[in-house]
Amino acid sequence: MSDGQLQQSVVVPSGGEAANKTIRDAVIRLAGNSQDGIQAIGGFLARLAGRTDKDVMTYMTIPATISGGPSIYQVRLGTGEVLSAGDEADVLVAFYQHSYREHLGTLREGGILLYDSDQVKPNPDDKRFLAVGISITSSTIEAIGGTARDKGKNMFVLGVLARMFDLDVPKLEGMLRGYYGGKGEDVIRNVLLAFNAGYAYNIQRWVHTYSFERTTGAGGLKKIVTDGNQAIAYGALAGGVRFGAAYPITPWSSIMEILRAELPKYGGIFVQAEDEIAAVAMACGASYAGHTALTGTSGPGVSLKSEAIGWAVMAEIPLVIIDVQRGGPATGLPTNVEQSDLNIARYGSHGDAPRIVIAPCSVEDCFYTTIEAVKLAREYSCPVIVLSDQALATRVEAWEMPVMADAMQDITPRFEPRGPGFKPYENTPDGVARHAPPGTPMIDGKYPIVTGLEHDEYGHPANRPSNHSLMVAKRRRKLKLLEGKLAKPELHGPPAGDVLLIGWGSTRGPVQEAVDRAQAAGEKVSAVHLRYLSPMQPGIKEIMDSFKHIFVVELNDEGLYGYGQLAGILRASYCDPRIRGINKTDGLPFKVREILDVMHQKLQQPNIIVAE
Amino acid sequence: MTPTLTDLKPVTDPTAPARAPYTKKELVADLPTWCPGCGDFSVLSIYFKLMEKRQIPHERIVSVAGIGCSSRFPYFVNAHGVHFLHGRALAFATGVSLTRPDLHVFVFSGDGDAFSIGGNHLDHAARKNIHMTCVIMDNNVYGLTKKQTSPTSPLGFKSKTDPTGAIDQPINPMKKLIAAGATFIARTHSQLPNHVAEMMEKAMNHEGFSVIECLSECTEFYAGAFDSAVPRKGGLFNQVPADHNVTDELSAYKLAMAAFPGYFGVFYQVDRPSKNALEAGLINAARTKANNATPTELLQKTLDRLT
Repeated sequence: MSDGQLQQSVVVPSGGEAANKTIRDAVIRLAGNSQDGIQAIGGFLARLAGRTDKDVMTYMTIPATISGGPSIYQVRLGTGEVLSAGDEADVLVAFYQHSYREHLGTLREGGILLYDSDQVKPNPDDKRFLAVGISITSSTIEAIGGTARDKGKNMFVLGVLARMFDLDVPKLEGMLRGYYGGKGEDVIRNVLLAFNAGYAYNIQRWVHTYSFERTTGAGGLKKIVTDGNQAIAYGALAGGVRFGAAYPITPWSSIMEILRAELPKYGGIFVQAEDEIAAVAMACGASYAGHTALTGTSGPGVSLKSEAIGWAVMAEIPLVIIDVQRGGPATGLPTNVEQSDLNIARYGSHGDAPRIVIAPCSVEDCFYTTIEAVKLAREYSCPVIVLSDQALATRVEAWEMPVMADAMQDITPRFEPRGPGFKPYENTPDGVARHAPPGTPMIDGKYPIVTGLEHDEYGHPANRPSNHSLMVAKRRRKLKLLEGKLAKPELHGPPAGDVLLIGWGSTRGPVQEAVDRAQAAGEKVSAVHLRYLSPMQPGIKEIMDSFKHIFVVELNDEGLYGYGQLAGILRASYCDPRIRGINKTDGLPFKVREILDVMHQKLQQPNIIVAE
Repeated sequence: MTPTLTDLKPVTDPTAPARAPYTKKELVADLPTWCPGCGDFSVLSIYFKLMEKRQIPHERIVSVAGIGCSSRFPYFVNAHGVHFLHGRALAFATGVSLTRPDLHVFVFSGDGDAFSIGGNHLDHAARKNIHMTCVIMDNNVYGLTKKQTSPTSPLGFKSKTDPTGAIDQPINPMKKLIAAGATFIARTHSQLPNHVAEMMEKAMNHEGFSVIECLSECTEFYAGAFDSAVPRKGGLFNQVPADHNVTDELSAYKLAMAAFPGYFGVFYQVDRPSKNALEAGLINAARTKANNATPTELLQKTLDRLT
């Protein structure tokens, strides 16, 4: 068994142990293979942070292959608000040579490389980092004994990190017992043996140990730790959804798995449909029948569902569609993030088919956005698309326990008799249809038909030109009504300055952190976050007018003319040629540095881009 | 709080208050836009008679359709109805049926809707045994779009998309339905109204997915297509033999193999729990295990575990 190898000298105090340093936050990147359970390490660190008033954000890539393959999990733990998963790692744990090779570039200079000396041969000439070899594999086997092989390496590493970051060991042990307790005495015994061996490894002989700053003020609020997909599933339950249908697709599937298990307890049903089209059709059927329903998917499924979404627009049926975006087009990048479904979300049906599109900006927001989507679908009797993405889906955050009394929605269908002269599509000022679901007795004995054909106020097919204009306007008008009710978008930084960054969805954290960094460097940069993408919030033009330069930061292609999907919509809506894009399509979330680099580079270029 | 899906009482709720009976006159809505002589008229008038006979509370009838001549059906019935997308009526009706045990759901479809664009949904509605009655009015041609080949058009049939005659092997609806696992499968002919009525009533009485293929002539684009089964036109109306065992899949398959016009009657019928019943079972078990907790209590408990 090889012992800790120091690749580079480090100043160790005379007492033989490095000192303890107090830090605000730490970025730990774990790189291994997917079967090593590194996601479990990250998950425990995240949950521990949630329990100790530390903020946390994680970032994970999972291989698209069925089993095995390189996988990473990055955890950023800190006191105060953690906005992004961190550009560079302070600590890299490399389980294999390939992990070392692929991820060394993510470690900041002066950072700590912990590598498995049984597996990794680092470059001895690379003096940029503090490299500490730990015999992770053999130590784990030694600790557990028997035929354990190297299963449990993750728990060993968790023990090392617990020592290094002065983590609350009793709490951590409690969580391990809670999580593995159900899997039998043997399992929990091995888990604790590996964990304790890692903790006892005396990592402090080679590196500093760290403590996080104590939080002051707010503390004590109960936090829950989930990923974005869990938050959406629980949001659906809180929102009152009792029927859903979907087809499995990465990275959406875990939402339907949760709902399939949970809904029966609430008296609900989740159907695994034969295909994406059937799923949205079933959801349309349940919604028509009075139970506002949910379907969900990722990009390829949205393409398939587009016709039915158009039907729900035409028939004015409430419907919630969750789109957990991944890289496209076609099968694209199933396990990577992209924000390239904005256009299909807004426009993806034939004909003029206005619908509501909203995008959550954090894991917590996934919960509340889903509740709001149900509410808006019912209030405006139309489809609502929630644009989450792969990064949000797999990211783990600690967020405040919701107040149940406020979160829970009652969406009981109403079957009281209607009429006489009932007009589901009455051309009212608000333009919103008012359906009588099946089961509703009609006082005058005239029963309504809900149709995808253009119809008159009674729902009868009517292709008169004047009627079509009237009804198209009616369906548009109700979104205009919603627009008028929306609050102005959230501004981060002063309301005027040199540069305005506009973001939507999961990029809010890195965008705001970019603003903070730029302001700290004396630059007059602010950011505005758009939560509603159809209709859009009022006041955007006024905000833009208070800045010299405008950049829309989004994870999609800059297009033929140098701006992405939201930027195109903003340019079309506000005729402002100053709007430019900060885009990227590498399938990974924005790093703060990437935003600032492109911003600085583009600020050197002419302000107005004109198509040639 | 939002109720459970099992709170609604089934159609056959004996505690429902008695009400004045309705006549088929009250069930008539718009004048059908079908061509004179269309076979679909027959299905519609039999449907009216059947509803009148059964007296399902008026508001609890739902007719769902996709696209095609047959799928205009809901407009002609004065009841809650839906005109959905081409081929997707069965999936839509699945959403209605599973969430509303208090309704009787009918799907009206055609050969294009059910066997072509919606073929996948037919298979899965059948295997999942979704409780509803599906009537497929099969005219062996695309009529609404004015004479193109349908998935049941016989080989050699000349249409605008097969000017020299159809070359693609047609679907055998009965074989498809047996293979898919439908639990009630019948075949009838619109020109023999008593037989249609008998099949529809049997289908309605079936718990689960009941499906009828009704040969329904398109007088405009495929006149005389089914005359060979009409006795008054010199044809032979072969009823399913009296000794046929409807629970025997292989025998049903053999009946389906018969040359056109084939047999008419119930090919196959078995008792298998519907998805509706199975889902209700899951709900009841989960609710009991959770001590019938309220949604708020349930979610709070779940989130507490995530702290």
